[in-house]
Amino acid sequence: MNVWHKPASDGAPAAGGATSMVRRPASKRRSTRLPPWLVSWFQVGPLALILTVLFALPTTLFLVVSFYDYDRVGIYPAFLLDNYRELLTTPATWRVYVSSLRFALIVWAITLFLGFNVAYFLIFHIRNSITRTIFFLLCAIPFWTSGIIRTIAWIPFLGRNGAFNQILMALGVTSHPLDFLLFSDFAVIVTYVHLFTLLMIGPIANSLSKIDPALLEAARDAGASRWHTMTNVVIPLSKTGITLGSILVFTQVMGDYFVVRQMSGGQSASIVSMLSTEIQAMQYPPASANAMVLVIFVAILVGVMMKVVDVRKELVK
Amino acid sequence: MTSGTIKPRSKGISRRAFLAGTGTAIGSGAITGFPTIWAQNIKDVVLHHAGPPVTAIPAIAEQATKDLGFTVQMQASENADLLNRFLSQSSAIDCADISLVYMRYLIGRNVLQAIPLSKFKYWDQTIPLFTKGEYPDGRKAPQQGITPTMILYATDASGQKVTDGTPTDFVTGIPTVTNGDTLGIRPDLVSRPITSWADVLDPAFKGKAAIQDNPTIGIIDVAMALEARGDITYGNKGNMTKEEIDKTVKTMMDIKQSGQFRSFWTSFDQSVNLMASGEVVIQSMWSPAVAAVRSRGIPCTFQPLKEGYRGWGYTLGAMKHLDGLKLDCFYEYMNWYTSGFEGSFIARQGYYSAQPENVRKYLTPAEYAYWFEGKPAETDILSPFGKIMEKAGKSRDGGSLWERLGNIAVWNSVMDEDRYVTRRWNEFITS
Repeated sequence: MNVWHKPASDGAPAAGGATSMVRRPASKRRSTRLPPWLVSWFQVGPLALILTVLFALPTTLFLVVSFYDYDRVGIYPAFLLDNYRELLTTPATWRVYVSSLRFALIVWAITLFLGFNVAYFLIFHIRNSITRTIFFLLCAIPFWTSGIIRTIAWIPFLGRNGAFNQILMALGVTSHPLDFLLFSDFAVIVTYVHLFTLLMIGPIANSLSKIDPALLEAARDAGASRWHTMTNVVIPLSKTGITLGSILVFTQVMGDYFVVRQMSGGQSASIVSMLSTEIQAMQYPPASANAMVLVIFVAILVGVMMKVVDVRKELVK
Repeated sequence: MTSGTIKPRSKGISRRAFLAGTGTAIGSGAITGFPTIWAQNIKDVVLHHAGPPVTAIPAIAEQATKDLGFTVQMQASENADLLNRFLSQSSAIDCADISLVYMRYLIGRNVLQAIPLSKFKYWDQTIPLFTKGEYPDGRKAPQQGITPTMILYATDASGQKVTDGTPTDFVTGIPTVTNGDTLGIRPDLVSRPITSWADVLDPAFKGKAAIQDNPTIGIIDVAMALEARGDITYGNKGNMTKEEIDKTVKTMMDIKQSGQFRSFWTSFDQSVNLMASGEVVIQSMWSPAVAAVRSRGIPCTFQPLKEGYRGWGYTLGAMKHLDGLKLDCFYEYMNWYTSGFEGSFIARQGYYSAQPENVRKYLTPAEYAYWFEGKPAETDILSPFGKIMEKAGKSRDGGSLWERLGNIAVWNSVMDEDRYVTRRWNEFITS
């Protein structure tokens, strides 16, 4: 769980030299040590390579292709703004962005509420670290199977003749099956919450675990109510975790393709499902334009969140 | 693209079994049935056959390898992935199952070579719907959508241009598989006879209907329903004008707003589960999906409708790079492929071979009577995977081969306005 903790503790620039220092504090080996700038390059290298090859290059390719012309069988080098114009003037585009943002906001609010409370409980109410580890594991158990399975598993449960409707009817809560449970916005949100709450729990729990319990005691001694302690001490000190969790949940929902399609029964579309329809029709340039707009949109969104909370500053604290 | 995404449930097993089979066939250099090429030369030849999962079935390659003395390998992929492989990696495959619609994309792209009819043994056994655009009784078949004759006859051996349907001595591919698609229904849950495509839009099935979320095929299903209901009369449902597309999408948006549709499905499995769970009682469907619902013991009918079927077909094409010995092997394989075994295999999932007479010897008389003649099954009918899918005494929905294929209203298509269709379809789905 403590992934966010690491850079804070051993982020010193000369980590490569640390081991040799431990073994032999004398300066005998100094001549074979790598210069600090090279060490930095080695440290940053793997991630830089991955990001360049798997993100920067493909994105550049999309950017180029998004201006291309196309017909049924091929794409043709050109510099056309038509793909963007068509994309941005189609009401469908605006609808999916509004609908995805709406999903993202609702899911964000629910997962934040759940995630914060679960994390708070795990960190401050469970004293025994073994019990805490076990509880964390319990939270993570759903992640042992794939997201696709966790999504599809809701379908027989929420369906018209599904388990939940049968329970409701057996209890006499309703006389006829509730249709809104499946293939609806409700189903989409339930699935998102199920899938993404852990993404909130992790970072928030990590932030909370760094809060010195003495601070809470001090607040109590100074006469703060529980609510005051929460709003004036705990929440401000956990905002890094909240921001990181929010970024994870937001980007997951905005980039989702599978959950919306499955759980809304194709009734509502996501940005990526629209893109996929274009790919299936071999229309790569508009699909690229669509992808570019999504990347820029999400980048702005994340940028705004980072602006609100300087995550980097908080992390190295 | 057309009708098909049956999940080859036993894929892993058959692949392994297939590899084992390959080993023995190469080892023994066995050749049976087609001894026209010297067995010593061909035993190292490997033909890569690419197609959709419904037809590129490993068991078929295994049998071909056994019968022919060279190795055939099946590679299955779907939809745009498959089309992409044809267009961009055509040298990595040797022959391909190409739907009539995809042929439209491939002709003139320097991907395929024409096949001389003189090399093909079973041209006379091929159904006239493919060769002449006619039914066996001589009636002309409707010409909406992409019909077989629109893409079949190449002007010359290069195969980069096709005629308007005028027969030549070269074809772009050998006709292999065909069928007509219609609505699937749950006869136990619809509680009234279903006779028309318009029934999928009937408010009686509000919240219990579904269509496929696929612009190229979905819009044709929609057009069948709207025309049947009297909303729109199309010039050509397989090649709509912009006005027709606009009107179609607008009407469908209104119907969607009313809550008519429970779901829009994108995959074979989804359509099966919607039907099997009773979420949906009437929807556009594919024949193997109906078979899959039925083999779970749940009643499901591939309902014949008075407006007719949406037809589709596949041809087997030879890639441009084939020559010499390998090309000879392809011709052998092509003649084997259409000689009955493959046809019998796909018949059990409800499809028709384009050479139906050849299939007869590979099916039991009861199976042939059931699948091709529309007669009541004398014995239990098994699915391709060995499950009972029809009890003895029942007949196939839609009757005989020609009761079905004799009533094709429109073929699957890619329209001249396909760019516009995709855009408007996205608007419909997101509305």
